[in-house]
Amino acid sequence: MADRTVVVIGAGPAGLRAAEALVRGGVRPILIDEAERPGGQIYRQPPPGATRPPSALYGLEAKKAIAVHAILARLGEAIDYRPRTLAWNVSAQRLDTLGPKGPDALDFDRLVIASGAMDRVLPFSGWTLPGVFTLGAAQIAVKAQGVSIGRRVAFVGAGPLLPLVVHQYAKAGAEIVAALDVTPFSAKLKNAPAMLAQAATLAKGLWYTLRNALAGVTIRSDVRAIGVEGEGRVRGLWWRDAAGAEHRVACDAVGASFGLKCETQLADLAGCAFTFDAVTRQWVPRRDAAGRSSVEGVYLAGDGAGIGGADVAELQGERVALTVLEDLGKRIDAARVAELDRKLARQARFRGALERAYPYPAHLLDDVADSEIVCRCEGITAGTLRAAASARDAHEMNRLKAFTRIGMGRCQGRVCGLAAAEVLSRTLGKEVAAVGRLRGNPPVKPIPVGGFP
Amino acid sequence: MTERLAVDVAIIGGGTAACAAAVALREVGLTVAVLEKRLCGAGASGVNFGGVRQQGRHLDELPLARRARALWDDLNQRLGEDVEFEATGHIKLARSEADMAELERYAERARQHGLELTLLGANAVRDELPWIGPQVVGASLSPSDGQANPRVVGPAYARLARKRGAEIREFAPVHRAISTGAGFETEADGVTVTSRWLVNAAGAGAGVVASWFGERAPVASLMPNMLVTEPLPYFVPRSIGVCGGDVYVRQIRRGNVIFGGGHGWGDAELGLARPHSEESLGGMTRTVDIVPALATAHVIRMWSGLDGEMPDHIPVIGFSSTTRQLVHAFGFSGHGFQLGPVVGLIIAELIADGTTASPIAPFAIGRFAGWTGGTDASHGGIEH
Amino acid sequence: MNPALQSGLFHRLVPRDGASIPFTIDGAPAEAREGDLLLTAILLHRAALRRFEFGDGNRAGFCLMAACQDCWVSLADGRRLRACTTRIEPGMAVVIDGAARG
Repeated sequence: MADRTVVVIGAGPAGLRAAEALVRGGVRPILIDEAERPGGQIYRQPPPGATRPPSALYGLEAKKAIAVHAILARLGEAIDYRPRTLAWNVSAQRLDTLGPKGPDALDFDRLVIASGAMDRVLPFSGWTLPGVFTLGAAQIAVKAQGVSIGRRVAFVGAGPLLPLVVHQYAKAGAEIVAALDVTPFSAKLKNAPAMLAQAATLAKGLWYTLRNALAGVTIRSDVRAIGVEGEGRVRGLWWRDAAGAEHRVACDAVGASFGLKCETQLADLAGCAFTFDAVTRQWVPRRDAAGRSSVEGVYLAGDGAGIGGADVAELQGERVALTVLEDLGKRIDAARVAELDRKLARQARFRGALERAYPYPAHLLDDVADSEIVCRCEGITAGTLRAAASARDAHEMNRLKAFTRIGMGRCQGRVCGLAAAEVLSRTLGKEVAAVGRLRGNPPVKPIPVGGFP
Repeated sequence: MTERLAVDVAIIGGGTAACAAAVALREVGLTVAVLEKRLCGAGASGVNFGGVRQQGRHLDELPLARRARALWDDLNQRLGEDVEFEATGHIKLARSEADMAELERYAERARQHGLELTLLGANAVRDELPWIGPQVVGASLSPSDGQANPRVVGPAYARLARKRGAEIREFAPVHRAISTGAGFETEADGVTVTSRWLVNAAGAGAGVVASWFGERAPVASLMPNMLVTEPLPYFVPRSIGVCGGDVYVRQIRRGNVIFGGGHGWGDAELGLARPHSEESLGGMTRTVDIVPALATAHVIRMWSGLDGEMPDHIPVIGFSSTTRQLVHAFGFSGHGFQLGPVVGLIIAELIADGTTASPIAPFAIGRFAGWTGGTDASHGGIEH
Repeated sequence: MNPALQSGLFHRLVPRDGASIPFTIDGAPAEAREGDLLLTAILLHRAALRRFEFGDGNRAGFCLMAACQDCWVSLADGRRLRACTTRIEPGMAVVIDGAARG
């Protein structure tokens, strides 16, 4: 019997490991990826002409990056690799794509969604000024392009990405004028023992912090409020510390984000059931330990269905592939499954501690000014959201969307959705889970009316 | 625990017509309960194209559309909400001489109903819309038509109805309604309503409600497939349709261009309507033929919604033929948005006065009494 | 010209020895290097990629990973490109300030 169509979306660590394991199991998967080159965001490869040695690009992760990149070359014709291709809709067993040759549709039997994550952002004064980027963006600028986002740069974060980006900028010779962590230091101390269970990762964090200290950059914890100032572009950053004191620093660029957010659009369009993760305060598609979603034939791996990081993504990618093979009626290595499950369970304990150590700084949303833009695509302010909630009975997210256009811009709510839910829940005095989530619509990303450009 | 309500009028469905009826009924002093399976104004009322159009309607619908049009001018004031109504005019394009002949015939007949249409030749169309695609040979312009934001109209009526004292129950799908002799008993999730009158405004589900009273109403599910672009500089000053109905385009003042193409897919039982990729791609191609400047613009969202469609593409409005004090209003077949406000009034008139000034005889449910065919879903164009 | 547009936002940390790629921004000649993304090429010269449609001010991209859709750029030939996923090509004529078009 000919193999049936197995599609993997995303050529990051999860998707690549999934493709590799599928090939090992005798399947020739179709691997779809938006980027020009494999690696995902974490192991993103610069465009031709901007390449540098892996040690310069990926630091301590160079070996892993090399290994992940090597998968594709090794697999060669054993997979059907389709780079520069957007998967823009999935309905029933059909996947719609747009690639260099135009639109295409695939009828699949099994779909592995490894869509990854993006920076989680929230609105603060001045956040839409040119020169304010996410931490991930700041990292991509330096890694993939060899540029800094400005000459005098400030960073704000709420997760392990902050020390890493600070380290990368310091190493590249950029001037860092401030590095602010908005999570409380006490949360980190409290969760340190559990994080020790994954000593290697913790050591890496310490190593970056130490290197940052040597480079003269101190990360200030417990920052309570921030804002960016400037006319037309960034001129400075202010913050308020735990004691209530205000500080200011002149800068021309700010990298700021607050943890990671799963890219869940494809899973949503596929009809997967979602659950609210109370620790990270976001909706994620439900998956079982084997990687099955609630929809038959649709599988989830990597950060797209719960933030685990690159190492977890690799393990999940392989684990999900084994599930797909099993569901296709193929023999799989039970010992390997057990080993992967053991490793994943260990990682999950560490991850839980990490998430508690870097809680989502929802407190920054307590007093967002009415004038502040929440939806940067459409310029919808917090005041507009609050007014719709109180005067127009917008008591859940899709009503709020219908009345205010929140989530109706180019990004379709992937940037503002979670923050808008926080604003709505506070206005209504409800739990954030009770206001629901924005329903996804195709296309996953904008597509040209007249075909591919 | 199930709530019990006793009202003069129970309304199944919470679309624009239903909520407008609730407002009008409250204003004549009757008590009302609206039972909506999801959210008021979030079905076909809320996700349609947003056309406020008289031109191109079935001639039997024109008197209603004319009366409705007058209501749109004052809707903001009535609802206390900016519904973004603008009389941009509606232009219907001909892509062949046969199309043009059809437009000429229609204009002649529409005039008898008081609707003045302006016929435009190939050059005159280009004076209006200089960028229009080459295959357009002429058009008919209805200056008094326009467009509005469908997402806000239904909910605004629902809020006004509640303010006037109507009982609005959302997420209350109706499972059963029976005639009790003296009136009706209607069971919904969480609430049972006894009423003297019952209104069936259940959209795609109205055929089922009608069957509870022994009436045949072949309602098919209609799921128009719609798309919207990123914001573009304002350049489409009219709402646009074509003969055949396979392209419709409008641009809102913020810049987004809304257009349609084909049919979505879904499940009426689940209330699910989703856009269909193949249909979207087809609509994109046809729309670029009409508006070539859209080729490089990007589609940022596609959606669909669930409406009820009758085999003859005109609605059912009027008294039940089997059951006293049961009123039907459904099956708007993709073009009910403009009519919503007036249908609300008509429902209220039928209940309060026993009659209406609007000529609704063509919409009687009795026309399907001997119907032996199935439901008849259209597959071609949908005129909104 | 809008003063906020006049000087670049980005700063090159790693010298690039690839080919020079000529392009224009609002008609003014500019130079990029092989390996530059369109976003990088513009932001090395300007502090914005586009005007914001719904209010004052400009936008200069935000996530750089094709998620936020903030960096859609117009070319004089009508093309619309996501600058963080598009490589600069010789002769691209970027239009930021609509007034400078043509």
